[in-house]
Amino acid sequence: MEHIISVTVENKFGVLSRVAGLFSGRGFNIESLSVAPTLDPSMSQMTIVTSGDERIVEQIVKQLNKLIDVIKVVDLNESEFVSRETALIKVHTKAEDRAEALRIADIFRANVIDSTPSTYTIEVTGDPKKLEAIINLLQPLGIKELIRTGRVAIAREAIRPAVSQPKKLARE
Amino acid sequence: MKLTGSEILIECLKAEGVKTIFALPGGVVLKIFDMLHQQNDIEVVLTRHEQGAGHMAEGYAKATGKAGVCLVTSGPGMTNVITALADAYMDSVPLVCISGQVSTSLIGNDAFQEADNIGLSRPCTKYNFLVKDVNDLATTIKEAFYIATTGRPGPVLVDIPKDVSMAKAEFTYPSSVSIRGYNPTYEGNKWQIKQAAEAIMKAKKPILYVGGGVVFSQAAKELLELAEMTQIPVDMTLMGLGAFPGEHPQSMGMLGMHGTYCANMAVHYSDLVIAVGARFDDRVTGKVSEFCPFAKVIHIDIDPTSIRKNIHVDIPIVGDCKAVLRELNQILRATVNGDQKDLRKPWWDQIREWQQAHPLAYQQEPDGAIKPQHVVKRLYELTKDRDPIVATDVGQHQMWTAQYFKLARPNRWLTSGGLGTMGFGFPAAMGAQAAFRDRLVLCVAGDGSIQMNMQEMATAVVSKLPVKIIILNNRFHGMVRQWQDLFYEGRYASSYLDTTPDFVKLAEAYGAVGLRAGKVGDLDAVLKEAISTDKPVVVDVPTYPYENCYPMIPAGGCNHEMILEDPPELKRRMAGVPSTGSDENKDTILTA
Repeated sequence: MEHIISVTVENKFGVLSRVAGLFSGRGFNIESLSVAPTLDPSMSQMTIVTSGDERIVEQIVKQLNKLIDVIKVVDLNESEFVSRETALIKVHTKAEDRAEALRIADIFRANVIDSTPSTYTIEVTGDPKKLEAIINLLQPLGIKELIRTGRVAIAREAIRPAVSQPKKLARE
Repeated sequence: MKLTGSEILIECLKAEGVKTIFALPGGVVLKIFDMLHQQNDIEVVLTRHEQGAGHMAEGYAKATGKAGVCLVTSGPGMTNVITALADAYMDSVPLVCISGQVSTSLIGNDAFQEADNIGLSRPCTKYNFLVKDVNDLATTIKEAFYIATTGRPGPVLVDIPKDVSMAKAEFTYPSSVSIRGYNPTYEGNKWQIKQAAEAIMKAKKPILYVGGGVVFSQAAKELLELAEMTQIPVDMTLMGLGAFPGEHPQSMGMLGMHGTYCANMAVHYSDLVIAVGARFDDRVTGKVSEFCPFAKVIHIDIDPTSIRKNIHVDIPIVGDCKAVLRELNQILRATVNGDQKDLRKPWWDQIREWQQAHPLAYQQEPDGAIKPQHVVKRLYELTKDRDPIVATDVGQHQMWTAQYFKLARPNRWLTSGGLGTMGFGFPAAMGAQAAFRDRLVLCVAGDGSIQMNMQEMATAVVSKLPVKIIILNNRFHGMVRQWQDLFYEGRYASSYLDTTPDFVKLAEAYGAVGLRAGKVGDLDAVLKEAISTDKPVVVDVPTYPYENCYPMIPAGGCNHEMILEDPPELKRRMAGVPSTGSDENKDTILTA
């Protein structure tokens, strides 16, 4: 089963390789991983999409917790969460296809963020199903390049205090 | 006053109470060695190979319970010490390894003797640091010792570039450490401990299964109290030997692949397994799905990842063995009523039956080839009054020592469990001897494994570390040969060592003492001479080459299905094989 794990880590060099090394060394699966600093610049937040049965996911969470640079681990599947992913899609457009490309973008509330005589670059955000859908529709026009960010996710209601919130701000 | 990075390092080591380090110099650590040369508080044991330095630090750590320290240079120095780091990581040995690195300006340029020390050591250390600024050095060393020795202990690497060892900074040693991502749990959950106590009171056939965690958390006293109070038999893992007195009537000895018949039967048929500081390694469990099929499992361990990694646990308790056992004993002391001996009588009757059915056994003919078990047994009997520290390498001799050398106390047993590193024993014994100059330190080795770090004999002689090495010389990689006999129809692929060196002459060449016990009748006298010699000694004991180590659970087998002696087809095959491994018999041996 797919699990989304939110990991708060020290924002310093080498941490990403420790996390990635843990997954590869123990044969765990990473479907996507995204990482960026939190409000407190000394920490980073990772969103890892992984899969495995209950025992494997329990091990993943424990092993992540065991890493010294890991400050907090939350398996988002244990609560309600929302997740989003962004894709940038460069579509090859012949003159007769340009209007169709714009129509499709419009249906998915996607934005055209760059345009050349022969291409549109479309930015679309949503859950993975929405991304799959627009990609399927644009494919007949000819997709030159596709970049996806991997998912980021956040718990809907903090069951535990949100760790990315620096304590200083919380008190204010 | 400002100090150089090298001076800061030495001051930090002194502040941590380090008396001995194991080291080998090289270009980028010259400044550190230069400063070490100009002080007298820390002894430097110069090893002949960095792997030796690493294992010596491990032996020192296992015998003292404190962190062992080794110092190596960049590049090959680092790659050579990797085996010791991996070994320490598997067996949770507290180790601080200082490695030299090329100057910060050269890192990443493929400089001379450069290696990515952080990348190389990441999967085999608990944590590692690259010190880029001399101002961070003292804090880093403090954190390194803290991480290595707390929680589940392990090796920590500190990589120090040459320019950092030479740059100057104000020195203050931090008095405390706080790492926000690292807070090991010491006290066990009280509710869970209460559950455990209740389960123990209810159980009819309980068994204690104790590992190295009991040794590292110094919980032997608490374990003894628990076992005696509740009259529960005690199985030990390879790493746990010494955690419970080997001669105690409640000791079942070692369990697992080459554990005693009784230890394995008891764990298989028990209704409650109380695992303390052990990790359900595959060499203990055999076929995981059929390990202790009738039992509830209590698992006490400081490392949460060990719990439910391999088998289902009913009552997990994350915490330090000593703290948890103390708490558990307190509850049980108030609850235990009635004679536990009476209560457990049916279980003990069963256990005594198993013990009598298949005790550890071997046959020593008075004029036949020397049996390896006999050597270990005699060594044990001749030295047990001196409370020796015993190291082993890896293989048959290790298992026989684990079976026959019944340790009375913890921190006397130096062996490589998880990684199974041949060549571990001799340097580890030297590390322990460096910590305890007056103690008797023995190393039982095989003729294969001793050659993996033989060069350290020079270190033993020069640094006056009078370790006694007893080589069970069967001219084979014996455990490999055993598997080939049992599972590969006796095809001895690369297990026969052909000509071994003359170990007596080799010892003498290094300036050590070499002895040989060629006949059963000579054995006692030779061993006595060895242990009364105040120099490093090598005792070469040619042994019967085809002796197999039993009981044995074949890999992936069940714990109650042990092989107890050579199977009939192997006996038939062996019928015409000569009983010694001399050169004249070589052809017969190889076609056996």
